[in-house]
Amino acid sequence: MEKDPLNLVICGVGGQGNVLASQIIAAAGIREGLFVTIGETYGASQRGGSVMSHVRFSKIMQYGPLIPEGQGHVILGFEPTETLRVISGYGNPNIDVIVNPRPNYPIDVLSGRVSYPDIGEVLNTIKELSSSIKVVEATELAKEAGDTVVSSVVMVGCLAGSGLIPIKLESYEETLKDMFSENKQEINLRALKLGVEGVKKA
Amino acid sequence: MLNVEIDEPGKDVLLMGNEAIARGAIEAGVNFCTAYPGTPSSEIMGTLGKVANKFGFYAEWSTNEKVALEAAGAAAFAGLRSLCAMKHQGVNVCADFLTTVNLAETRGGYVLVVCDDPFAHSSTQEEDSRNFARFVDIPLLEPSSIQEAKDMTKWAFELSETLKVICMMRSVTRVSHARGNVKLGEIQKERRKASLPAMGVFISAPPTPRHSTLHRKLDKARKIFEKSEFNQYVGPEDAEFVIITSGTGWAYSQEALTLLGIRDKVGTLKIGTTWPLPENLITTHLKHAKDVMIIEETDPFLEQNVKILTAENASEVGVINFYGKRSKHIKDTGEIDVDSIVKALAKIRGLEYSTRDKEYTSKAKKMTGSAPFRMLGFCAGCPHRPSFWSIKTAIKWDGRDTYVCGDIGCYALGVGPAGFMQLKTLHCMGSGIGVATGFGNLGMFGFDRPVIAVAGDSTFYHACIPALINAQYNGANVLFIILDNSATAMTGFQPHPGTGVDARGEPAPVVLPEKICEGIGIDTEVFDPFDVRGTTELIFEKLQKGGTSAIVLRRTCGLIEARKKGKPKVSVDQSLCIGDDCGCARFCSRVFNCPGMIWDFEANKAKIDETICTGCGVCAELCPQNAIIVEEVR
Repeated sequence: MEKDPLNLVICGVGGQGNVLASQIIAAAGIREGLFVTIGETYGASQRGGSVMSHVRFSKIMQYGPLIPEGQGHVILGFEPTETLRVISGYGNPNIDVIVNPRPNYPIDVLSGRVSYPDIGEVLNTIKELSSSIKVVEATELAKEAGDTVVSSVVMVGCLAGSGLIPIKLESYEETLKDMFSENKQEINLRALKLGVEGVKKA
Repeated sequence: MLNVEIDEPGKDVLLMGNEAIARGAIEAGVNFCTAYPGTPSSEIMGTLGKVANKFGFYAEWSTNEKVALEAAGAAAFAGLRSLCAMKHQGVNVCADFLTTVNLAETRGGYVLVVCDDPFAHSSTQEEDSRNFARFVDIPLLEPSSIQEAKDMTKWAFELSETLKVICMMRSVTRVSHARGNVKLGEIQKERRKASLPAMGVFISAPPTPRHSTLHRKLDKARKIFEKSEFNQYVGPEDAEFVIITSGTGWAYSQEALTLLGIRDKVGTLKIGTTWPLPENLITTHLKHAKDVMIIEETDPFLEQNVKILTAENASEVGVINFYGKRSKHIKDTGEIDVDSIVKALAKIRGLEYSTRDKEYTSKAKKMTGSAPFRMLGFCAGCPHRPSFWSIKTAIKWDGRDTYVCGDIGCYALGVGPAGFMQLKTLHCMGSGIGVATGFGNLGMFGFDRPVIAVAGDSTFYHACIPALINAQYNGANVLFIILDNSATAMTGFQPHPGTGVDARGEPAPVVLPEKICEGIGIDTEVFDPFDVRGTTELIFEKLQKGGTSAIVLRRTCGLIEARKKGKPKVSVDQSLCIGDDCGCARFCSRVFNCPGMIWDFEANKAKIDETICTGCGVCAELCPQNAIIVEEVR
């Protein structure tokens, strides 16, 4: 690997499936003989809080579960303002970003106490602070796959199709087959494929 | 098949730290497992329960940590290998038993796994449970990686059998909730039979001689630890700067040394057996050190003990400069991480280091400030939201400024906007009704506000019952509301005595909270919190009546309901919603705080986000224009 450790941050909001995505990606990495460590904060996973997973790949050793400041290489953002928050802590001029632009409004925004920034501006800021940005309407692609619940797998597909992490597409497919019961495999494989195609068009 | 079930020694699989602990127990041939859920420990029993039948061991979700440790103790007395898992606050609950069972001569391996939550990500406090091991004189292991979490758990059973005493393993959030490669070991397949020796006496008496025996067991543990592979020194043999670390500090400190480019100049002694300390091993490395930095999570546990050792061996080790929590180089609250260690090392060693271009950092901080803070709230479909709304409304009707006490569970969010700021006390499990009982007896001092206590169903079984009996016996003026969502929801939907299922997924008798309340002699009613009007009236009536009474507000956790069946489709008929002309102040999205309710800024009317809505339909009852439509989908 060109960078070792290779540091990926997956971010979003509780309930979006970030934790599942990090598990799929890590299991695919281990399938290829890599050391992978995931650190995640999910005490708040289902209660609308920010959720972030650090996924660290290495050919040499097992790294600790937390990425140091400014040391991110790839961000897989399930929510635009969460991506903004993560780039502030872990970003650097060489970071690559894949982001689902669909906003998830916090209670304070819904109640009118706080305003939610303009999506266009958020994406522009991310662009300015990163080396590359791919914007993929993953929720729409998940609907196309059959259920919005698979948008996290669409995002995994985006990562697989981006070539930013040296893991073969087959390893992700095999991992999905291992993780899901037969009746759920088809929709998840479809979501993965839509993500792969989606990121290439972005 | 789960990864913990795979019987291929040597295979590399992805495991969560808690799964690794479960796997370690499986490899050790564990016979008897008990636990009470609590973040970050819950997945240990969550995993063990799923595979208990396959491997032929016993697994239970216990009512609380004290019962859990006692039940596991019986198995250890009977020669079986037993494991008991809990979060740090659980040790406080079982401390009474722990401080006497340490004196018993246990037979089967008896392992207590405690998962601490530094930074209190999902706790009401951060506590360093290692202090308990020193306090009760028992051996303590501390894994620094997921692989070690597995290997140490397995070894802890052998250690406990060698020493004939309970052994403790302390994990933390960043081990228990991290995931990584684990090389699987062999699974012990021999099954033990329970038996008691001829006399079969397990007591703490006579305490003083037994206390002395316990100290001799610790001496023996120290000798074993001197040779343990879980303690390791890396770096130059004669390094003058030595890091002594345990737990997460190991990986963090090694990465920090790499980032600073000083791995070849600094020695690191990693301690996995943190009590009693391997004194000879540590002294050997203190001898070549002039500067010692101690890196560990939460309390200065290693730090204090190493300093005592240094003082005792002063003539051999000479003068040492210490850097750690006492010197403020390492944070003495919250979590540690690579960044804080890099900063501390750079300062001590006089090095320049910045993680990235300073200009980028200031630009990034400035440009990303618009990301809104995400306050935790109740999920869409959560029954606690209408329950707290009814409590708030009834209190308003009553007009006497009722005081609401609570405790731990999802409903603890009632202290914030999610529960309309209703909760005013929040401490430990069951303390809501306990504290409320006190408030309910302050009448003679002029306290004239009515008192409500709330508790979840799992908390009710865990720690509320003695307090409730106290309230009834001592005539406390308190209304106890059990927010029964039929789940231990906060920690991930573990079953409990009210759910009719046990840890292994087998059917179990249902223990109903209302039967217990009635048995105590308390006037109790069961109601559906989704009937907001009816619930509010019921709470109001009870407040007016006064005395000790109880209401069970029963409605299954919205997330479980949504998983069970096809969710109803809820939508806003925008021809009926009259927007800001309504006078409801956007009740659905602004006041009721359901994340599924959003505002359509273009139409200036309410809207529902179908990806978040769980279809509970409570909003339909509360909308003054009846603009919210619920369609059942079957």
